[in-house]
Amino acid sequence: MERLAKILRKPVTATLLAILFGFIVGVFVLAIAGYNPIAAFNSLLKGIFSKPKYIATVIIQSTPIILTGLSVAFAFKTGLFNIGSEGQYIVGSITAAVLGYTLHLPAPLHIFVVITAAVMVAAIYGGIVGLLKARFGIHEVITCIMLNWIALYLNNYIINLTFLKKPNANAMYEIQHTAYTTILSNWKTSEAGLAWLKNHPAIQEILLRTDLNIGFIIAVILVIIVTFFLYRTTKGFELRSVGFNKDAAEFAGINVKSNIIQSMIIAGALAGLAGALQVTGVEPHRISSLAAFENNGFNGLSVALIANSSPVGCLFAGLLFGGLLYGGSSIQSEIGAPSEIINIMIGTILFFIALANIFPILANKLKKRGGINVK
Amino acid sequence: MDISSEYAVQMRKITKTFDSFIALNAVHLDVKKGTIHAILGENGAGKSTLMNILYGFFRADSGEIYINGLKCEIKNTSAAIANGIGMVHQHFMLVDNFTVVENIILGNEVINAIGMIDLSKARKDIIELSKKYGLDVDPDKKIEDISVGMQQRVEILKALYRGAEILILDEPTAVLTPHEIDELVSIMQSLITDGKTIMIITHKLKEIIAASDICSIIRRGVYIDTVNVDEVSEEQLASMMVGHDVNLHIHKAPADPKEVIFEIKDLSVTDNRGLQKVNDFFLSVRKGEIVGIAGIDGNGQKELVEAITCLTKSKSGTITINGKEIQNTNPRDVIENKLCTIHEDRQRRGLILDFSVADNLIIENYHKKPFSKHGILKYKEIYAFAKENIKKFDIRPENCETSLVKSLSGGNQQKVIIAREITNDPDLLLAVQPTRGLDVGAIEYVHKALVNQRDEGKAVLLISFELDEIMDVSDTIAVLYDGKIVATFKQGEVDEKTIGLLMAGGGVGHGKVS
Repeated sequence: MERLAKILRKPVTATLLAILFGFIVGVFVLAIAGYNPIAAFNSLLKGIFSKPKYIATVIIQSTPIILTGLSVAFAFKTGLFNIGSEGQYIVGSITAAVLGYTLHLPAPLHIFVVITAAVMVAAIYGGIVGLLKARFGIHEVITCIMLNWIALYLNNYIINLTFLKKPNANAMYEIQHTAYTTILSNWKTSEAGLAWLKNHPAIQEILLRTDLNIGFIIAVILVIIVTFFLYRTTKGFELRSVGFNKDAAEFAGINVKSNIIQSMIIAGALAGLAGALQVTGVEPHRISSLAAFENNGFNGLSVALIANSSPVGCLFAGLLFGGLLYGGSSIQSEIGAPSEIINIMIGTILFFIALANIFPILANKLKKRGGINVK
Repeated sequence: MDISSEYAVQMRKITKTFDSFIALNAVHLDVKKGTIHAILGENGAGKSTLMNILYGFFRADSGEIYINGLKCEIKNTSAAIANGIGMVHQHFMLVDNFTVVENIILGNEVINAIGMIDLSKARKDIIELSKKYGLDVDPDKKIEDISVGMQQRVEILKALYRGAEILILDEPTAVLTPHEIDELVSIMQSLITDGKTIMIITHKLKEIIAASDICSIIRRGVYIDTVNVDEVSEEQLASMMVGHDVNLHIHKAPADPKEVIFEIKDLSVTDNRGLQKVNDFFLSVRKGEIVGIAGIDGNGQKELVEAITCLTKSKSGTITINGKEIQNTNPRDVIENKLCTIHEDRQRRGLILDFSVADNLIIENYHKKPFSKHGILKYKEIYAFAKENIKKFDIRPENCETSLVKSLSGGNQQKVIIAREITNDPDLLLAVQPTRGLDVGAIEYVHKALVNQRDEGKAVLLISFELDEIMDVSDTIAVLYDGKIVATFKQGEVDEKTIGLLMAGGGVGHGKVS
């Protein structure tokens, strides 16, 4: 019993259980709606794993939400709720799209300039939130939501500028090829490349039929960097101190306000990077008019929640999320069940994660009442 | 002892476990009607658990409860209330923006002919009740506007209003000023005169001696003894409580003060609402002495500490350590100038509860060698440092460097803070309420640490609301009233009464003002 309780108290267990419950609820909903759940999950799994191309697509689709998830998780560690990753993602993608189109530079330099600029703009965008909180005590959730809308309309304003708008399209011109972060983008369409790929059908399928890009590699590297930064550097120590107890951090001589600003700058940078990598790495390599949010940032919230704010967790949660979203579409195409079933499952997972966090709290409360930890 | 109606409460073989932890092990208790019965035990001894079982918050795993000689099943709190049991918790259960009357009737409203709450009748009843027992309350004020002492009286009234004959008070004096404690004692006297029975849970020995007739001692979930308070000394109670002999009074050699190292001149500080809380404040502390500031809570202690530690701005005046002015700098500069602080609120200001012991030990020095180099933390050094100091300062459990601080007991949490501040080698150690909420053993430890610091030729400034602590530990006693030091004395020159009077604002100018 005690061992079970101990296992149950571990955060990972709660997360895995929540995911299991999400699938169970999915099974029930499918069965009630008259679909064969086994066939549905079969097609879901097939839609993710049956072809190298599918796996590659899942990875590509996961990349932005891993990064926005990392952005949210990072801010969480400093006690901030970065609901603004959506807006930071958008300003990152705007910057990348505009500079990708207007600048004419040699390839590696162009990529570097575009991504650096996008990251910096998004960092400032996040920093505004931190500054307003540190300076005037305005709650970050309020400013984040407002800045999300500003980003959305800024996006729509910019694509309508005459020198940027593509005629007969509700979108901007595509970025220059020199700014593409697609892997082997030139070689794979060259004659030599095509000839070589012909003899290697699996690689051909991935390279030619997907937008395989360097984004995922960057995301993995950043997961490692962020983990190291948070847990092994003095700055990370400060940020986490502020996140857990800003009064004690202040009293110990840590500058709480500057840490809040820095944390939001870094969180903004991560979300902006996601936007830049999406524009530079994935077709159609441009931004278009947004009628509503695309949820790349908001899905990051879910990813961070599932990951329990652990950077490494964000990698796996992002892949799970991306897999479900992509594989879910094959449920619809193969057995005709609406792909919204995936949203139900994701919602259920989040619900149980929120619920699961109650159990350790309850366990502690019971203990406290019992007089073990009574002050 | 037999079950008899002479006893208001009798508990037999009460056992309660949480997971594998045995909180109570076959405890029994007999509380005579019309007495004030204290339940004494250290933090975590099980006294609160026992009372929570009586009040129906928890159910015992086994055991029996008899009320007035009759066996009772107390399944929940309403069953307890129906049996005439009332409880006043250490943390009050009041609605802040309701009036006193509304709080007292909450859940027990009187309804008039047309189904509306009959506030005027309730108000009359409450005033009558409060007059009867000398429970002075202001029935129409909101809870947020009245003093903590009055809030406690509201809680007692709430219990009485529900017909409580047996009243359980959980650490009733923890939040009260000395004067309020006296009032509470006289209220308790008038209640037992009327035939009520009172049980108080506490770990403060003085209160037991002052207020109660009979005392039962519980240690680590086991019933130890029940004694008549008149027949035992404070020391005897203490040793029964902790299981070994303790020194309630610290033994220290006479002070050998050297030159002044810390000086406050003409300091004035306002609080966040702009009210002048500290003014005309002068104080100096010499090397090798402990200066204690006695005063009732709310006389400027909080603002004084915040000004010294630079959490808040001083309006005017200077704070000097080692000849350097530090007022209106920032907390880190204060620490760098060798002024370290044991803050009264250890869980809010002193520690990061979700950090490990090792991380908490370096929270002021993480950016320095050897704990980090070029911004990278060096956990090998950090853990070695933690190991060394866990041993040196006897922080328990052993090898707790990676345990989260929140899993430690209050006394051991305080040891973490003391270890951190003392290893900083401060020239002035500012200790604010350093023994708040600690049990006897831990208090002894903290006092020893302060005296050791002094014996090493360092200066110590102690601020405490516990007059005994000030009288016992300090070499020089300064009395704070209304944001000013109204008098200073050498230890032994003055008695508690005189200081108590000065603390309350009486006799200003009659003391030996310096």
